[in-house]
Amino acid sequence: MSEVVTWIGSSLAVAGALAAIIGSLGVIRFPDFYTRTHAASITDTGAATLMILGLILISGWSVLALKLAIIWAFIMLTSPTAAHALTNAAYGAGERPQLGPWRLFDRDRKEAER
Amino acid sequence: MIYLPGLAVAVAAFWFALSGQTTPLFLLLAVVSILATLWLCARLGIIDRDASPYHLAHLLVLYAGWLVVEIFKANVVVIRSVLDLRQTISPAVVKVPPDAKTDFGRALFANSITLTPGTVTIDIAGDLLVHVLHEENSQPASFALMNRMAARAADGWE
Repeated sequence: MSEVVTWIGSSLAVAGALAAIIGSLGVIRFPDFYTRTHAASITDTGAATLMILGLILISGWSVLALKLAIIWAFIMLTSPTAAHALTNAAYGAGERPQLGPWRLFDRDRKEAER
Repeated sequence: MIYLPGLAVAVAAFWFALSGQTTPLFLLLAVVSILATLWLCARLGIIDRDASPYHLAHLLVLYAGWLVVEIFKANVVVIRSVLDLRQTISPAVVKVPPDAKTDFGRALFANSITLTPGTVTIDIAGDLLVHVLHEENSQPASFALMNRMAARAADGWE
C-alpha cells in the first residue's frame, strides 16, 4: 500500500517537473513580457503544487509533510506578489503589452520574409 | 485585546512545526525570537483585527479550496496554449472594478487574478488593470465570480 502511495507521489513530482519545463518553454515561446509572465505562472502554481503534493505523498504523515504544506502556502502567497511587482514595474517603466491575435507560426513567417 | 496572545500562540506553533526542538537552548532561542517578532509586529502596528482575521478563517479556507480548482483549470488552458503551436493567443488588457471594499479584499482579489495563469494584475490603483492571455476570457463575466467570492471571503457576508 505505502509503495503504491510512493509511486503516485513520484508520478506527481515528475508531472510537476514536466509542468515546470512547459512553463519555461512558454517563457521562450510567447511574444512579449506580459504573455511570458503567464507562462512563468504555470511554474509558480501548477508545477510547484504538483511537486509539493508528490513530495507530501512520498514523505507520508509526518512533520515533513506539514513543512511542505507550509512551503506551498508561502509560495502561493509570495509568487503573485512578486509577479505583480514585476508587471507593475514593467508597466510603470513604459513597457506596453503587445495586443491582438498572435501565432508562433506567423512570427516565423514574418521573420523569414525579413 | 485578544490579538497579541493569539499572534504569540500562532508564532510559537509555527516555530515548533518548523524546528521540532525541545532542548533548553533551543527553547530559549525560541522565546527570544518570538518576543522579537511580537515586538516588530507591535512597532508596525499590525496587531489588530485587520491583520488577524480570525472571524474570516472559515471563509478564507473555503475560498482557498475553490481557488486551487480554478488555478488548475487555468493551468490546463495556458499549458495548451504553450504546447499547441497552431493556437492563436490574443492578449488584451481590461479594467476590472473590484467588489471588495476593504484593502484586504482588494489585495485578495488582485493576488487571486495574478495567481491564476493566463491573467495578471498590472495595476491596482482604482480599478484593477488586468492583462489576459486570451481575449475571450477578458469579459467582465469571467471575473465576476472570483470578484464576488473574494469580496465575500475578505469582507464577510453583508
